[in-house]
Amino acid sequence: MTATSTFAIAADPVLSVVDLRAYYRTRSFGVEREVRAVDDISFQVDANQIYGLAGESSCGKTTLIRTIAAATRPPLQVVGGSISFNFHGKRVSMTDVLPDALAGIRWKHLSYIMQGSMNVLNPVRRIRHSFVDFAGRHIGRPMPQFLELVRAHLARLHLEATVLEAFPHQLSGGMRQRVAIALATVCRPDFIIADEPTTALDVIVQKSVLTMIREVQRELGSSLIFVTHDLAVHANLSHRLGIMYAGRLVEEGATADVLRRPRHPYTAHLVASLPRIGHITAKSGLEGAPPNLADPPAGCRFHPRCPLAMDICRRENPPLIGPPTAHRVACFAAAQESNP
Amino acid sequence: MTPPLLAVSQVGRTYAMGGLLSRRRVHAVDGISFEMPSDKSEIMAVIGESGSGKTTLARMILNMVLPTRGSIRFCGTELSSIRRTHDRLAFMKRVQPIFQNPFEAFNPLKQVDRYLFMTARHIAGLQSVTQVHNAADHALRKVGLSLAEVRKRFPHELSGGQLQRIAIARALIPAPALIVADEPVSMVDASLRLSIVNLLKDLRDETGVSILYITHDLATAYSISDRILILRRGRVVEAGDARTVLDNPQHPYSIMLKAAVPSPDVQP
Repeated sequence: MTATSTFAIAADPVLSVVDLRAYYRTRSFGVEREVRAVDDISFQVDANQIYGLAGESSCGKTTLIRTIAAATRPPLQVVGGSISFNFHGKRVSMTDVLPDALAGIRWKHLSYIMQGSMNVLNPVRRIRHSFVDFAGRHIGRPMPQFLELVRAHLARLHLEATVLEAFPHQLSGGMRQRVAIALATVCRPDFIIADEPTTALDVIVQKSVLTMIREVQRELGSSLIFVTHDLAVHANLSHRLGIMYAGRLVEEGATADVLRRPRHPYTAHLVASLPRIGHITAKSGLEGAPPNLADPPAGCRFHPRCPLAMDICRRENPPLIGPPTAHRVACFAAAQESNP
Repeated sequence: MTPPLLAVSQVGRTYAMGGLLSRRRVHAVDGISFEMPSDKSEIMAVIGESGSGKTTLARMILNMVLPTRGSIRFCGTELSSIRRTHDRLAFMKRVQPIFQNPFEAFNPLKQVDRYLFMTARHIAGLQSVTQVHNAADHALRKVGLSLAEVRKRFPHELSGGQLQRIAIARALIPAPALIVADEPVSMVDASLRLSIVNLLKDLRDETGVSILYITHDLATAYSISDRILILRRGRVVEAGDARTVLDNPQHPYSIMLKAAVPSPDVQP
């Protein structure tokens, strides 16, 4: 079995998201537009768990985790729902947290490896300065001790201490990616959010970065949300996997279950279309394009591309039913199949 | 005997790096040789990690960068001898590129159909408006779109997969003999990636165009290519029939490359 069941003894989830809705609201020349990038999402992440989030671009993955990290900025607004963290008994609700309290939580309890994190390092400052800027305050030790701590952390991540004196442009893409991960983990946070940390890397560097993320997570015992559209990466890393489509969570469950027995037609298609070495048979892509989130189709948002679409799919939105630790799916056709 | 479609022999490109005092020479491409036959169309995959010289090789074949040594011949013509505008246009008519990121390849302030019309007018040399429109429509139909769908549309109104299809259609307008596709699917979503890759395969079978498919994705290279070149630091480490090489790689680097591809079956 996967690690999910092993750690299920942890009574309280570290993160629970309930009915979260976050919309982009813009208003120009009197025309109001609303893009429903995150619409009614509920899930939870347990302690010591790697939660994988998959879905194609513009399905709301990044919006969801920005909202979770309370890194929202207009026009993005949280319209409803709740996000609550439980850091060893310290409860924080991210939807109404005050900026001062947030500063104390960030990096110490919750860190965020941003998308394109190769480019987040300040190009005109040495890596050492980035560490001081980001983590110095949270660790709160005198400078020599702090740098000693940083060096020890870098050594743990198989990075040489000399990178501290380098400028970002002197390091390769993979090195910068690893420095960004080191930066996000140096304060030993309880919760790490990683947004597509390996997409710009080639397969060999990707493998070493993934190994490193897994090692850090094991050692710190943190929880991790890992976002990527590459299901093969999830198969190798995540304990639990959530599939997003057009702003909604359509399926979630233990990674092995979701990949071996996908129940939502979209997931089934994604899994079937994974190219593998050794397969020559032509695999088909999915017809059509993801819906425009400013004007999503009524009912299930997947129905225009779905081969199993029924009448009810065009009228009603299928709910994600079941306990939050089970394999659940938001699809009328799949629900019908399981209890005829 | 007809000369090969593309003959690359001992080609190399060096870039100078650093300032006046700390000048270093970087060999981006270091003595690569291969040929593509003119009598049958094929897909040749070029695989390698970042910095292995894939893009430099593509740019030299497109005659956008001159090699510092060696020679590239296209249908017997040495590329460095193409100087005059007339010759250059004749070359562009036979060899067309597809670039990595469809969102960056198109100007966001320009309707995408204008790219198709410009290619038809300047490179394919068509004169009348009807001819130009017909050529654009014909090419778009080959990639599963039509002129009516993309007429007057801006890049932001189309999805990444559609844009990449339009980029392929644009490359097809002058009926080229060779398409150089530099990582055409790396910026496209997983669900659309396969439709683009299958499209390249269909084009090879139906229109008889040869494709140089540059990628770091071994799985798609396996499913569509006929031959394969594995590059590392500007040199070819392994070459041969795509399936033979990928089923049973010989060079330690190729073995490592294959092992690094995350398998969708492995469990954590």
